[in-house]
Amino acid sequence: MSLKNNLHNLKEKYKGKKIAPLFNGFHTFLYLPNETTHGGTHIKAADDLKRTMNTVIMALIPCLIFGMFNAGYQHHVAIGEISKVSGGFFSSEFWTLANLGVGALKILPLVIVSYVVGLAIEFIFCIIKGHEIEEGYLVTGMLVPLIVPVDLPLWMLAVAVAFGVVIGKEVFGGTGMNILNPALTIRAFLFFAYPTWMSGDKVWVHGAVERAQEIAGGANVDVISGETILGSLAQSNGAGYSVADMFFGFIPGSVGETSTLLILLGGLFLIFTKIGSWRIMLSSVVGALVMGLIFNGVVSSGWITESSKFYGLMSTEFWHHLLIGGFAFGTVFMATDPVTASQTNKGKWIYGFLVGFISILIRVFNPAYPEGVMLAILLMNVFAPTIDHYVVQGNVKKRMKRLKVKTA
Amino acid sequence: MGLLSKKDAKLITDPLADNNPITIQVLGICSALAITAQLKASIVMAVSVMAVLGIGNVVISLMRNIIPSKIRIIVQLVVVAALVIIVDQVLKAFSYELSKTLSVFVGLIITNCIIMGRFEAFALGNGPWRSFLDGIGNALGYGVILVIVGFFRELLGSGTLLGFKVLGDPIEKTGLYAIGYENNGFMLLSPMALIVVGIIIWVQRSRNKDLIED
Repeated sequence: MSLKNNLHNLKEKYKGKKIAPLFNGFHTFLYLPNETTHGGTHIKAADDLKRTMNTVIMALIPCLIFGMFNAGYQHHVAIGEISKVSGGFFSSEFWTLANLGVGALKILPLVIVSYVVGLAIEFIFCIIKGHEIEEGYLVTGMLVPLIVPVDLPLWMLAVAVAFGVVIGKEVFGGTGMNILNPALTIRAFLFFAYPTWMSGDKVWVHGAVERAQEIAGGANVDVISGETILGSLAQSNGAGYSVADMFFGFIPGSVGETSTLLILLGGLFLIFTKIGSWRIMLSSVVGALVMGLIFNGVVSSGWITESSKFYGLMSTEFWHHLLIGGFAFGTVFMATDPVTASQTNKGKWIYGFLVGFISILIRVFNPAYPEGVMLAILLMNVFAPTIDHYVVQGNVKKRMKRLKVKTA
Repeated sequence: MGLLSKKDAKLITDPLADNNPITIQVLGICSALAITAQLKASIVMAVSVMAVLGIGNVVISLMRNIIPSKIRIIVQLVVVAALVIIVDQVLKAFSYELSKTLSVFVGLIITNCIIMGRFEAFALGNGPWRSFLDGIGNALGYGVILVIVGFFRELLGSGTLLGFKVLGDPIEKTGLYAIGYENNGFMLLSPMALIVVGIIIWVQRSRNKDLIED
């Protein structure tokens, strides 16, 4: 007897019981459901929720794998075992098994904890409410490990996932009802609850925290400084990395958000499969560029001097903002979340533009919150329904006017 | 109950549960968010409100037949303001540190909606004894929520309760901190108080389905 039949029998056995959604969920996750619709008209569409979610996960896999290599690479460079990359994206210093080993050992537990805690809560809620299990957590569970620092303690991640899924999603009614992007809610919770683990120069490179403790204990070793580019720019120390490094992603940062190249590929894949909205991605890039240009203009017209604490980030060339920090990742994978973004096409332009605009604004003006894109997307999530409302009302008004002209 | 008749006892018990000023009427949220980062401050705030509301209700109730209804709000404000100033001065005299922690929020008891609400809704139409019980009851209902929120916020946010380090010492790494536990800084921020109040409301309404509005 195959697993499929087993599951099917279990499903029949527990039909109508509270625990039934559990088996249904597993069954539809692994196999095609064997129930077909009875009666009348059918629309056969291949892109159900499960397919949509899987497509996004596929787009995220390169970022995840790159993140593993990068975590190991940053660690090995920091402790001085290997030299920095020299030969472009396919540098032999980067794609080594040693790098992958260190990274995988740190990052796979993050992925597992994220999925186990998140899915457990989702299942519990489905059983209590008697809903069918929805695939909503599949993408969130993959996004979360990609947007946290590599050394984040696992219990903190578990607490944050529990908070994010319950407060960010289930209280609003589960998948499809949430106002805020759950993955960003989880990150925001971590950011405000455990700031020492989410920002600063100690968390982005694996081993930096332990090294700092060794030094505090009297060991005679060098400090590992894993300052992100945003962090050193905020202190007017210059980026410290070449543009190629930024674009390929050989820089310290959250697990999966460093490689703009792979995020771009993922984004193109999402646009090609029509899962992600190109309007949102494009308009938020435009928004970021506009804000960056404004800041560059302020610097070049001499309104602020080098002594200003904003000088470092303001004088950063406007298009560099797209390459550093989590902007690219947030724009492609978070801002385009179909549940929390604007629904109307015109609304998507406004929403995306403001996401980009506000991201860079927060990034520059509040160095305490270097990751402006997280806060910008959460803020715009809240405003998305309002934007949609006015877009729809505007359309209604336009049509009413047309109607009046005709009847008059 | 020997001391109170059944009807009077309800005045005290109702606001504690099914007619709670914070979780059901959603009044007085402002101070519940602002001063509940520490349990001690929550308790002092609850006691202060109880004093103001208990005495205020009696005073208003005694004057209820001579207050012209056109200027009753002003009269009520004068009564609350006088009582709040007394409470504020007492706090400053006997526990200066705490009154600094509570800062402006003692003064803001004047604007606490629960107080004006009870004056308007109850004290203006009932005798002094029942008004007194009603005031104490509502202040207790308010205080219970404040203490619950304060308990969780101080325990999870600072790892202390009433200033005692119940979870160990975060700097010397004793107790829970030895195994890597860390305080949740989010708990000390006001939004978390709102979320804790929200969770209390959630729990209360899922236990008592009658409270759910459509």
